[in-house]
This record gives sequence, C-alpha cells and structure tokens, in this order.
Amino acid sequence: MKALALAGAAVTIKESNAMTLMTQHFSPAAASNYDLVAVMGGEPAAMFNKAIAELGGIGRFVKKGQKVVVKPNIGWDKAPEFAANTNPKLVSEIIRQCFSAGAKEVVVFDHTCDDWRRCYANSGIESAAKAAGAKVVPAHEESYYKTVPLPKGKSLKTTKVHEAILNCDVWINVPVLKNHGGAKMSIAMKNHMGIIWDRGYFHSHDLQQCIADVCTLSKAPVLNVVDAYRLMKNNGPRGKSEADAVLTKGLFISQDIVAVDTAATSFFNQVRDMPLSSVGHLAKAQELRLGTMSIDKLNVKRIKL
Amino acid sequence: MLRKIRIVVSVVVCALLTLYLLDFAGFLPAWLQEIATIQFVPALLALNIVVLIALVGVTWLMGRVYCSSVCPMGVYQDVINYLSKKINKKKRFKYSRPLSILRWSVVGGTVVAFLFGFTFLLGLLDPYSAFGRITVHVFKPAYLAGNNLLEAIFTHFGNHTFYKVSIYASSIFSVVVALVTALAIGYMAWTNGRIYCNTVCPVGTVLGFVSRYSLYKVRIDESACNSCGSCGRKCKASCIDTKTHTIDYSRCINCFDCLKVCSQRAMKYALPSSKGSKLTAVDESKRRFMMAVGVTGLAATQIFADSKLLTSRNKAKRATAISPPGSGSAEHLLDKCTSCHLCVSKCPSGVIKPSFTEYGLGGIMQPMLNFDHGFCNYDCTVCSEVCPSGALLPLTMDEKHANQMGQVKFIIENCIVYTDGTSCGACSEHCPTQAVSMVAYKGDLTIPHTDVSICVGCGGCEYVCPAKPYKAIYVEGVDKHEHVTISKEEKQEIEVDDFGF
Repeated sequence: MKALALAGAAVTIKESNAMTLMTQHFSPAAASNYDLVAVMGGEPAAMFNKAIAELGGIGRFVKKGQKVVVKPNIGWDKAPEFAANTNPKLVSEIIRQCFSAGAKEVVVFDHTCDDWRRCYANSGIESAAKAAGAKVVPAHEESYYKTVPLPKGKSLKTTKVHEAILNCDVWINVPVLKNHGGAKMSIAMKNHMGIIWDRGYFHSHDLQQCIADVCTLSKAPVLNVVDAYRLMKNNGPRGKSEADAVLTKGLFISQDIVAVDTAATSFFNQVRDMPLSSVGHLAKAQELRLGTMSIDKLNVKRIKL
Repeated sequence: MLRKIRIVVSVVVCALLTLYLLDFAGFLPAWLQEIATIQFVPALLALNIVVLIALVGVTWLMGRVYCSSVCPMGVYQDVINYLSKKINKKKRFKYSRPLSILRWSVVGGTVVAFLFGFTFLLGLLDPYSAFGRITVHVFKPAYLAGNNLLEAIFTHFGNHTFYKVSIYASSIFSVVVALVTALAIGYMAWTNGRIYCNTVCPVGTVLGFVSRYSLYKVRIDESACNSCGSCGRKCKASCIDTKTHTIDYSRCINCFDCLKVCSQRAMKYALPSSKGSKLTAVDESKRRFMMAVGVTGLAATQIFADSKLLTSRNKAKRATAISPPGSGSAEHLLDKCTSCHLCVSKCPSGVIKPSFTEYGLGGIMQPMLNFDHGFCNYDCTVCSEVCPSGALLPLTMDEKHANQMGQVKFIIENCIVYTDGTSCGACSEHCPTQAVSMVAYKGDLTIPHTDVSICVGCGGCEYVCPAKPYKAIYVEGVDKHEHVTISKEEKQEIEVDDFGF
C-alpha cells in the first residue's frame, strides 16, 4: 500500500500546477482534464455524481482495499435545514461511492463544538453514514488525538490530529459552505479544525495563519467536496435560525483546497459581500504553496443541472 | 413469601434507580425518573400531593414499606447488613430502647432549618438525596472507569459500541460529603442494622409516626410464642422486645425477616385481632419536648441564616452563581433543592456542578452552572425534566430558548483581537442567539459585541474563549431568570443562478 502511494506521489509530483503538495496519495488512473468542477441546480447526491464523473471518477482517489475517512462538518446540534453541518445525503453518497470503488472501510467523525452525541444524531449524519455502511467514531476526547509535526507551518508548528486521519489511507474533506464570525468563511480549510484537538490554540495564535498552517499536514485530503446545497449566509458558523440558511444548490470539488475555497467564497459573495482579500487564510495558504487563488488559470468545469 | 416480595421489589427499585443515576449514555428509558419522583422528601418539596397521599396512605395501611422497598438508602443498608452477615455468621441484633427524643430533635431541627433557608441539612439527611450523591460522586466514577476499560477493549477490536468519557470530580466538597455519608451509614448498618433509619433519618421518624397506627402490622401471637427470642435477634431495626412480646411499630420497617425465622409461626403480618398486641408506650412529654427542640432549632438556624450574609462569594470572578434552567431563581432553588445531584449526573454537557458557598451556607451542594468542561446546550432541557423535587421546573424548548439564567460580560482588554490584532470569534461562534456577535474592527478584523438583552447565559462564549490567563468573556449570574425576546427573522428568498467566478 505504501509503495503504491509513494509511486502515485512520484508520478503526480511532476504535475505543473500548484496542486503538487495536495496530491501525495493520488495516483492517476483515469486522469481528468479538470482541476475544479462546480455544479449547480441539483440534489446533493446528483451534483456529487456529476462532479466526480467529470473529475475522472471516485476510483482516481479511492483504491481497492483502502481505509477511507470521510470528514464532514458535524460541528453543531442542528438539523440539516440550518446549513450548520454538511448535508447528510451528500455524506451518504460519498460513502457509497467509496465502497463501490472497493474501500475496505469508511470512517466518519468530527470534533464537534456542541455535545458530540447530539451533533452526530441531530445532524442526520450518524444515521446516514451508518446506513451507508460507514463507521462513525467519536472525537470528543483528547486521547483520540496524536501529536503531529507541521514543519511548514508558521504559527502552528505541531498539533494533535485524530487517529482516524492518521490511520487511514486517504481522506475526503466534505465541508459545508458557511459564513464565520472570526475566520470570515468556513469551508474546506476551516474544516481541518474538526480533525485536530486544540482549537483554542488556533484562536489565540493568529487564527487565519493557523488555518493555513494546519493544511500543510502531510496527509492532505485526496479530495475536497464543498457542500453548498444550503449555505449559511449570516451568524455563522452556528447560525441563529433557518433564516440564516440559503438554498443555493451548489457543489464544488477539487484537489486544490485553496482553489475550491476561493471558488466557494466567490459563490458566497453573490449572496453576501465577501471579498477574497477579507478571508485571510486563502492568501496565507497560497503563500504556503498549498494551492492557488487564481481560479481563472485553472481548468474549471461548470455544470448546471 | 412477604419477605421474598420485599427483597425482589427493593432490589429492582434500587437497582433501576442506581442505574438511572449512573446512565450517562441515555440507554435507559426516561420514565425511570419516576423512581426519584416517588421519594418522600422530593415529593414533599415539590408539593406532589398525589405521591404524598400515596406514601402516607400506604404507610397507614401497611406500615413502613417505603423504608424497606422504595428508599434506596434503606436498600443500601440492607445490602451492607447482608454482607456483614456473610462475614460474621454469628451476627445478632438485640432490642434497643427507642431514641424518640433524638429522632424528633432531628426532625424538628431539620424543619426549622429548612424554614430559615438552610436547606442543606434536609438535603444532607434525606435518604434519597444522600443516596443520589453517593451514586453520583462515589459509584459513578467507578462506572465510568469500567466503561473506559470496555471501550479500550472493544475499540481495539474495531467495535465502536463504547466511547471514552472523562472522569473528574466536579466538586471536592460533595465527593467528601458523599464518601463520609456512605461510610458512616455503611458502618452503622454493618454494626447496628437500620439504626440510621430509626435515629437520624427524618423520613423514617415521620413515617414511623404514621406506621404506629397502620392497619397491617407484624403481630406476635403470644399463645403460640415460645419466647425463644430468635425474632429479636434477627430484627435489624432492633424493635422487637422479646421479653415483653412487644414491637415498636415506629421503628419496624416491615422487612419480614422475623416472620421467616419464627419456628412457631407466632409472627403474623395481619390486621388487628381481638387478642391484639401491645403497643409500645408513647412518652406523653414528647410533644412538650418537640416544642423545646423547635425553639432551640429556630435560634440555631437564625445564627446560620445570619452568617449566610457574611459568606464570601468572591472566590470566582462570577459574583452571582448561575442557577440551572428551570430554577427561576437561586431563591427558588434554595427552597426546593435537596442536592440529590440527579441533574448533575444527567446533564449531557457536564455543566452542572454542586456549589460550595456560592449560594450561601444554606445552599451548599446545590447545583450551579460551571463552564470549565462545557456549556449549556441551547436545545437541551434535561435537567429541568429530571428534577424530582420541583427545584427545577420543566421547561419547554421555547421556554428554554428564551430563558436568561445569566448575562454575558465582555472584557475587551483580555480579548485576542484587541491584544494580538488577529482574528478569533470563538465566542460568537458558539453563541446561539448572537448576543455575542462579531462587528467590524480594524481593517478586516472583527471583534465581539455583546447584547445582554438576548443573552441566555449558556456559557458557550466563556467555555471556548481562548484568552489566557484571563478569559475575555464570561457569564454573570442573575438573581432572577428573565424571559428574553429573540426576534424571529423572516427567511429571505435569495436566488443564486450563477457561479460567481
């Protein structure tokens, strides 16, 4: 397995775009022409199916016999209509596809903000994931996390990462698109704050820099799937009421975490003013060579269903 | 037969109540809370007339079956007594004189103390509440440790049925009180059977008074009795005087052990017969004595009540303790709470902690909110639903959402955005009503802005604030919970038909 991953990394490292750091576990089977796929106008599962097909199929990212982690945002004790958590239907479809690609096991977890049992249950994700055959594991205790060095980080030099991420072969990052009072936006990069233990350190040591720093983790997600079926316009990331959620029926998918967050922020900007420059972690991540904010230089596929 | 029924009922009731108190994962049904509701002191404080009439009625009909079958502390003592007999096979009881003066002094003192706002004494002596504390502070840590052991084993084999839980003492004082209670009552039970029930326990004294007039009683048929004395040696309440063939019904807890041991079948649990049985003489001076006790207790509690005013509440930065949702005010809590700590145990977020002197001396061990390990979930009403004594009254979800139990205080000098000039927003992130919202600050930075008029006091902001060594935001308690009005926002229809990039 390790040899396969290394071989994959060796091949992909030659790729010329800014994705090199992101693709260490990516072995191109049926290469795609696209760096980023954006879909609008469908149900969560349908939009994902369309997007992943354009990207060359799930088999490009998940290999037979692999241990996969699907990491949604399950941060809040809220039903799907509030757009505080990732849509359970999307989570369930991704899990289903992972198994169809031959995944040995799929694990789902999040380090929640509200009481984790209530979040897992009321988000609808626990039942959806279990129904799709995934294991839903807890993440509420420090002992589930192991210290990992982040040599490329500027503010964050080391952090404790959940063992499910450390033990898996590949992981898929599945955030929901939300406004965030402190970080401005909570998308794929911010979703990393659910795989680590000490969020307080982030908040007290330059939040925007730490969000970029944590994405330098050597085991980067093989795929970032941004759920914008409903986005949270105001009062994020928790939201006050359903009035904060907007049904936008969007989905963005890319291996480039900076590009996908940039695209999603631009999408969000149509609903509420959100200049890219205000979302500090985007530029900081680009500076760390984690990806590019110049979407116009990428090969983007836009699909309206 | 009667004895067997008593044993089965008592074991089932006590085991279910204990498990209900221990159950952190919510696998037991919610109706088990009723076992707490039917306990005497909680029912009394909740003015639960139905339960009170039932308990007094049953006692008048059948004697102190409450003490032998429903009261968990009674069962705890029976278990200790059972173990002591296994160790010391020659263990014998013998008749002791009633300590009526002591018993009624305790009742009088407790009542007077309660009337003067010193609920601590009632909570300390109430057998249900004392058992609740023992379970929560002594048994539960062991239960959690057992869970963590199972978790380690199961998870190792890839089974995620169990999950880890953290174990910590929420209040050292309550742990000590629970431990001392368990050891003291346990020791008394080991050496003298039900001596706690018949000398200290105010419930035992009150129900004992009723049971003297109960219809069904254990009666000695003197014509059949051969005066062997074995019933007296078996009586864990030490209430059978075999020399005079009399039973002190104020102390008999209807365990029916004597029925089983009587080889002559001279002991019967029956209605009065023409032969009758002798009732222990009641000291007529008791009434006068009780009045004297009352006056003394009154004076004593006045001193306690006064000293309450002198209590230092400044240990924490919080000047006023935050009483749990449903309490309405600390004053109401003080009137009704016996500190059984069911709410402490059942709070899914672990934010209810026994107080020390935050409510004054009379409220020691009563529950208050503490945000060291979590914060009060906006959509949770568990504590208000489980309280058996009416100290916390049930809240609907809408009532909970609008219930202000504290008010947010922001200290900008400690805030990361102010001191470091970097983004944070952790407080606002956790705020369910946006009483803490992020507003424009320097450049693209945002800084917390508070609106106490919509703050519910959940403590999310305080719990999560990463500022060190002093938090930049905390919740201050309020004397009386208020109803806040949170404006309902209309959902706007926003059409997005382009990608925006």
